[in-house]
Amino acid sequence: MTGTAHIAVQDLTMAFGERVIQRAVTFEVARGAVFIIMGGSGSGKSTLLKHMLGLLEPAGGDVLYEGRSFTRAEPEERSRILRRVGVLYQRGALWSSMTLAENIALVLEEYTELTTEEIRELASLKLALVGLKGFEHYYPSEISGGMQKRAGLARAMALDPQILFFDEPSAGLDPVSSRRLDELILELSRSLGATVVVVTHELASLLAIGSDGVFLDGDSKTVIARGRPRDLLETCPDPRVQRFLRRGEARR
Amino acid sequence: MVAGVAYERTEGLLLVRLSGEWRLSSDRPAAEGFLPELAAQGIRRVSFDTSGLQGWDSVLLAFVSRLVTHCGAARVEVDRAQLPTGVQRLLELAEAVPERTEEVAPPRGGWLSRIGRWTYRWADVDLEFLTFLGQATLAAGKALVFRARFRRSDLAFHLQATGANALPIITLISLIVGLILAFVGALQLQQFGADIFIANLVGIAMLREMGALMTGIIMAGRTGAAFASELGTMKVTEEIDALVTFGIPPIEFLVLPRMIALCLMMPLLCTYANLLGILGGSIVGTLMGLSSELYWQQTLSALSLADLGVGLFKSAVYGILVAVSGCLRGMQASGSASAVGAAATSAVVTAIVAIIVADGLFAVVCNALGI
Repeated sequence: MTGTAHIAVQDLTMAFGERVIQRAVTFEVARGAVFIIMGGSGSGKSTLLKHMLGLLEPAGGDVLYEGRSFTRAEPEERSRILRRVGVLYQRGALWSSMTLAENIALVLEEYTELTTEEIRELASLKLALVGLKGFEHYYPSEISGGMQKRAGLARAMALDPQILFFDEPSAGLDPVSSRRLDELILELSRSLGATVVVVTHELASLLAIGSDGVFLDGDSKTVIARGRPRDLLETCPDPRVQRFLRRGEARR
Repeated sequence: MVAGVAYERTEGLLLVRLSGEWRLSSDRPAAEGFLPELAAQGIRRVSFDTSGLQGWDSVLLAFVSRLVTHCGAARVEVDRAQLPTGVQRLLELAEAVPERTEEVAPPRGGWLSRIGRWTYRWADVDLEFLTFLGQATLAAGKALVFRARFRRSDLAFHLQATGANALPIITLISLIVGLILAFVGALQLQQFGADIFIANLVGIAMLREMGALMTGIIMAGRTGAAFASELGTMKVTEEIDALVTFGIPPIEFLVLPRMIALCLMMPLLCTYANLLGILGGSIVGTLMGLSSELYWQQTLSALSLADLGVGLFKSAVYGILVAVSGCLRGMQASGSASAVGAAATSAVVTAIVAIIVADGLFAVVCNALGI
């Protein structure tokens, strides 16, 4: 433990019943890093994310935020930690019975003492940041998938979180929208000074934005590489990692 | 067009002659004929002749791949060079990834172990149910002191959806139930010249039993299923996860307004159903030649406040049962569209069973208490 790690995962075992997904997962996410969780489909990336957020209980091991255990924390302590966390889910997961503005306002109402007018303005501002100015009164079902993702991003950042989680941010987006979302993620997280954890298998994006990462392997059911994706591409000797990072093409 | 196959043996070589159209739509020979040929003395090599082949699709592929497997088992060499190039490539593709041998599904085992697994699963389900019930109770406690976190507009929406919007169906069903009760009763009572007691029969039956029971069952089908599918869909689309990670307890935010709405609206709907049922009875009464004033007077004299109270109390309880089973099944749903459907079905079944069981208990308790 270096003491500076923002999030630490220690010897985590993830299992559904008796079926083990990953074991002995250990890594640290430094403050301000753009941390990538890589791996093939079905290797347990999203499951790992859900464990880090407390949506699934680990079969063993611990997740620590700023050195304090999250797994063993009381519900109040957990919600205190989660208050500083924003999450963008794979399909946006906007609350479908509320307009975009209400989606963001709900989070603000929950945690701040602002007046209705201030909340309304703040919600509009957050939507403007992701390029959705004027869509305040639209319902999630009335906008496109890419817009839902961006609205989800606006909601994830409603409380100016110190940690942002992204589950497959480019899933279901065309290359241009996906690139723009990547840039948006980088820009917003840099200006907030937030730590970013991204689950993705989108090569272009993970190589472009990742400053650190882990590689989960579905067959051996554990972490087989750690480090900056670009460095892994250059130096990692493991053929499984190379195959993944080079889309199955041989090393040049 | 018919697919054909013929076998020729020459000095350790088995020639498989394929002819005609090998397609899904055509008649084709079974692969079984190959085995005795292969088993013949001294066969070391199998090759193909496709000069008579006019067309092929996956059927031929499956046939050849079966032959290749048999040859592999018998350690006989297969010469594929004469096969169509497409077939060769597809076979290579199919063989490229070795078969998955790792056991994914748990072994089925005997009936004893199945019972064991089934019991374990039930234990899990019961634990989930108790956890849910506990959380819902805690949330209801918070609501009593006005500290629960949910949107007032959600409550208003559910009050309307479960209350006002249910009036048409409640009107129809209770009116008909009143008519049926009166009609069946009238046929019997007329034999004794006691027609006027139809009013007593319908009034008491509606107030004590049928009003609450019918509203409960209608709401189980109408609202319980809606709750389960709403929450189930929210579970599948990760909306509930999003609530949790924003620190908003889903039980308070989603379940509580639904429970409160149903618990408040059920007694009102039940009162309405009671009135409509009595109206239905009076229609039959009038047709039998009783004056409507007389019918109304007789109804009033037959009923007591306790009858009304019992019915209303029951209906509030049924409301909670419907809301709890709907929300519980919705929250338990996971994964897929079919899970949402299963949740809705299960919610309705659970609610109706719970209502009938509760009704039985009420009957025993009321009898013991003398009300």
